[in-house]
Amino acid sequence: MHYQWDFSVIGDNAGLLLWGLGNTLLLTLIAILIGTPLGLAVALMRLSSRRWLVWPATVYVEVFRAAPALVQLYWLYFALPRLTGLRLGGFEAAAIALSILSSAFLSEVFRGGIASIGKGQWDAARGIGLSYPRMLRTIILPQAIRRMLPVFLERYIELLKTSTIAATVSFGDLLFVAQDISYRTYRTLEIFSAIAVMFFLVILLCSQLTRLVEHRLARSGEFTAR
Amino acid sequence: MTTDNVIEISGLRKSFGAHEVLKGIDLVIPKGKTVVLLGASGSGKSTLLRCVNFLETPTAGTVAFNGKPVGTPKGTGGERSYSDRELRALRAHIGIVFQQFNLFPHMTALENIMEGQRAVLGRSREEAAARAEALLARVGLAGRGGAYPSHLSGGQQQRVAICRALAMDPDVMLFDEATSALDPELVGEVLRTMKALREDGMTMLIVTHELGFAYHIADEVVFLSEGRIYEQAPPHEVMLHPKGERTRQFMLGHSEFRLPHLD
Repeated sequence: MHYQWDFSVIGDNAGLLLWGLGNTLLLTLIAILIGTPLGLAVALMRLSSRRWLVWPATVYVEVFRAAPALVQLYWLYFALPRLTGLRLGGFEAAAIALSILSSAFLSEVFRGGIASIGKGQWDAARGIGLSYPRMLRTIILPQAIRRMLPVFLERYIELLKTSTIAATVSFGDLLFVAQDISYRTYRTLEIFSAIAVMFFLVILLCSQLTRLVEHRLARSGEFTAR
Repeated sequence: MTTDNVIEISGLRKSFGAHEVLKGIDLVIPKGKTVVLLGASGSGKSTLLRCVNFLETPTAGTVAFNGKPVGTPKGTGGERSYSDRELRALRAHIGIVFQQFNLFPHMTALENIMEGQRAVLGRSREEAAARAEALLARVGLAGRGGAYPSHLSGGQQQRVAICRALAMDPDVMLFDEATSALDPELVGEVLRTMKALREDGMTMLIVTHELGFAYHIADEVVFLSEGRIYEQAPPHEVMLHPKGERTRQFMLGHSEFRLPHLD
């Protein structure tokens, strides 16, 4: 082992790495902000009693859960322009692919959470004459989301990691920036060690947050459904 | 057409799959009266009660509310179709109290009582809160509005649930085994609340296993057996001098039946 570690390359490119991290977080945030409500809508369709709402939602979930994220991204980035002439930038393609992917996964989390709320809560909400949207908004979803919060956060962390596929379509995320620096400096080991630590720190922060929230929910008996 | 009957049920049938639970029920609940449903488990008491506010949709027959039949006829077998809007309006006028209380666990007692007032009756926050406070005081829970259900005893939770129903100013109250999930020492406080309601002139339909209480509170006792009304009369007739064999057997089976002191 005669490799000479030289971490000065990290300091020299700190600004660029932070810019890449910012882009990674931005992309993930956008996928969360679009994928979460979309996932809720798909879940509600699947829970509907109307079959014409159920089956398109089921197909949507099954298709987008089964296709690898990278395949979906390449399809949007390379195949879509051929078919429609519509050319998406790397960021747009990645944001759309990750939003769709996360909506398919999150819809199952929503569905599980809503289904876990006991019949008594629905009876009570209907019993005072609440409309379906109102009972979802004030009675069912607040309880379902509280119960599924750890799972949501886990999915979001997973999404953060998956977002690195955006580098393959030249979006300047953390992975792309790292590749770029290592091509220029040949300091591959240092660079990739550094971004591994950056991911680790961000995710550690998120999982500590999850643990804190879980702990607080477990302590307050208020939300224990009966 | 005006009527003094808040609820008129005629020819009501309800099946779950191939199993027919209610086999043609005719029953009226006159304004200001208390009707108690008795019967063995599986006799259809709770199903009948839940058909009154359409938490269960009847398979056939009609339920009329204040003289007006709910829904519109469909087909030839006595089926009716019901619009979501119509049922929501109906449920806002019919209070229901459940065996398991079913309070919303993520809301305080006060918020539980305010939700229907705000969302359905369109009352302002101040108005709904004032009404909720007044109702809590009436059931002996003044000042407990800020408590979450998990911090209340079963009896207290059930009284909050009664307030939640009363806050809608219902024309009739339905009680579905309201004391069956309570520890024995907590039953009395809920029964007293129900008794006070009767004295205030509330119209009530009650499913209960508390026979002593039924005897005291009922204007009319309806004994259900196998999905049909088997015997119906004022309580001293049905409960002390039952005519039918099944009613007699039911009363004998509850030999611990005694008249409790409610005051």
